[in-house]
Amino acid sequence: MTGAATEVRREASADEPVARDIKPSAGTPAVRMERVTKSFGARKVLDDVTFDVPCGTGFVILGRSGTGKSVTLRHMIGLLRPDSGRVFVEDHEISALSGSALSDVRKRMGFLFQSAALFDSISVGENVAFAMRRHTPLRDAEIRQRAKEKLAAVGLENDYEKMPGALSGGMRKRAGLARALALDPPILLVDEPSAGLDPITAEEIDGLLVDMKKKGGTTLIVVTHNMLSARRLGDQLLMLHEGRVIARGTPQQLDQDSNELVRAFMTSQHAG
Amino acid sequence: MDVRAPEPVTSLLAGIGDGALFALKAVRSAFAPPFEIGETIRQLYELGLRSAPLIAVSGMAVGVVLSMHTRASLERFGAESMIPAGLAMALVRETGPLTAGLLLSGRIGAGIGAEIGAMRVTEQIDALEASAVDAFRYLVVTRVVACVIAVPILTTVMNFAGMFGGFLAERTATGMPFHLYMNRAFSLIDITDYVPATIKTMVFGFIIATTASYLGFNTESGTEGVGRASTRAVVLSSMLIIVTNVLLVRLIFFIFPQAAGT
Repeated sequence: MTGAATEVRREASADEPVARDIKPSAGTPAVRMERVTKSFGARKVLDDVTFDVPCGTGFVILGRSGTGKSVTLRHMIGLLRPDSGRVFVEDHEISALSGSALSDVRKRMGFLFQSAALFDSISVGENVAFAMRRHTPLRDAEIRQRAKEKLAAVGLENDYEKMPGALSGGMRKRAGLARALALDPPILLVDEPSAGLDPITAEEIDGLLVDMKKKGGTTLIVVTHNMLSARRLGDQLLMLHEGRVIARGTPQQLDQDSNELVRAFMTSQHAG
Repeated sequence: MDVRAPEPVTSLLAGIGDGALFALKAVRSAFAPPFEIGETIRQLYELGLRSAPLIAVSGMAVGVVLSMHTRASLERFGAESMIPAGLAMALVRETGPLTAGLLLSGRIGAGIGAEIGAMRVTEQIDALEASAVDAFRYLVVTRVVACVIAVPILTTVMNFAGMFGGFLAERTATGMPFHLYMNRAFSLIDITDYVPATIKTMVFGFIIATTASYLGFNTESGTEGVGRASTRAVVLSSMLIIVTNVLLVRLIFFIFPQAAGT
């Protein structure tokens, strides 16, 4: 991985638009899942799941542990493929793409992993610079500058040279967020932003995500089982149970939902 | 009547098929752009250059020991003058390639298996893919190419280190001068001894890198799985090297009959 820091393989030309400049067709949802079913062995994790995520919204997928939330998120960025059904990102059916076409769609998305998944053989700053070095025509000095700006936005301006192993859990999550935002993606996928963090740090991370959505118009798709986090981030909530969608609506609508499980989840502080 | 193979047999066959497809994909990807040149060079350094001390020291020790054994045998027939040539022939044709292959399956195989395995269980491979990077090309193809290039070079290092070790043993025993030892050492070796054996080590390099990468890429069960991938990478690649060596020697004798002395 260290070499990636020094290797500048330019895939984009200087006049090629960056991810955010490419607009999907008007009215197209940011993400659409169409009758998606996924099994691991004999266990059906997603069962005929259909929903769409409007552009620019904060969309939170709720559910107890093991209900298929993270699997849903992984389908959206093409890390998993459905056994049946289709997944669209803007105008593209990501579940049918491979190679450079898949890469092009992924450049329009950021993914913050639950564990942050920082590349542990390169510095925090180079983690953030990694995608820029590979997918933009920027010069090294400019990439470093932009990476520093991304780190500053998450409060890690002094940690460019640190190795990921030297960071606390909250700092790793922030660095992961900075990396996910490296290419200014219009769609940001976040897996359990508050997992393993103390309530104050979790609130800070949520605050950063809300800022991202408000200032940048980023579509935020968050998986969580933490209701505090869900209420802070979600304009719309979707609840999965045993691989099926059992409720969808605004937080207020779900508070009044007829399903007892949904209401119980909504009134809990840290469900799951 | 429902006739099915037992579960261990089907899973073994599935594993072999999966591994073969993985290796095939590595070969195909190695010849198709984009080429990860920077990362390949870094792997050449990590896997190749950093293995050089191990190979050089081991080669010298093997040379010393082989020389001592050869002396003990040839002395009985008054053929001590054949020691340098015999040692060089043994090293270049078989001892050097096989010893280097086995040593490197430990050094490189364990390293690749553990590194890629750890990246798998900590979601770093998924993070690469999410960053619009082809993880297979970036992690596997670069290591395979680096190994195919590095192993023959390291084998050559081992051969020369072995000859130098043999010279030191001879020097200690008889006071033989360096130039005389080397003249005798190279007196019987020709290109048909060196080239096929070196090409053979390219296959060893391919076996080490693909086996270890395959096991690392398919690691499951957290840190325990990483340890298992690392161990299995060494065991499996060593076994494959030993078995493949038999087939390759037979093939070399078929293509170069003069190498078989016929």
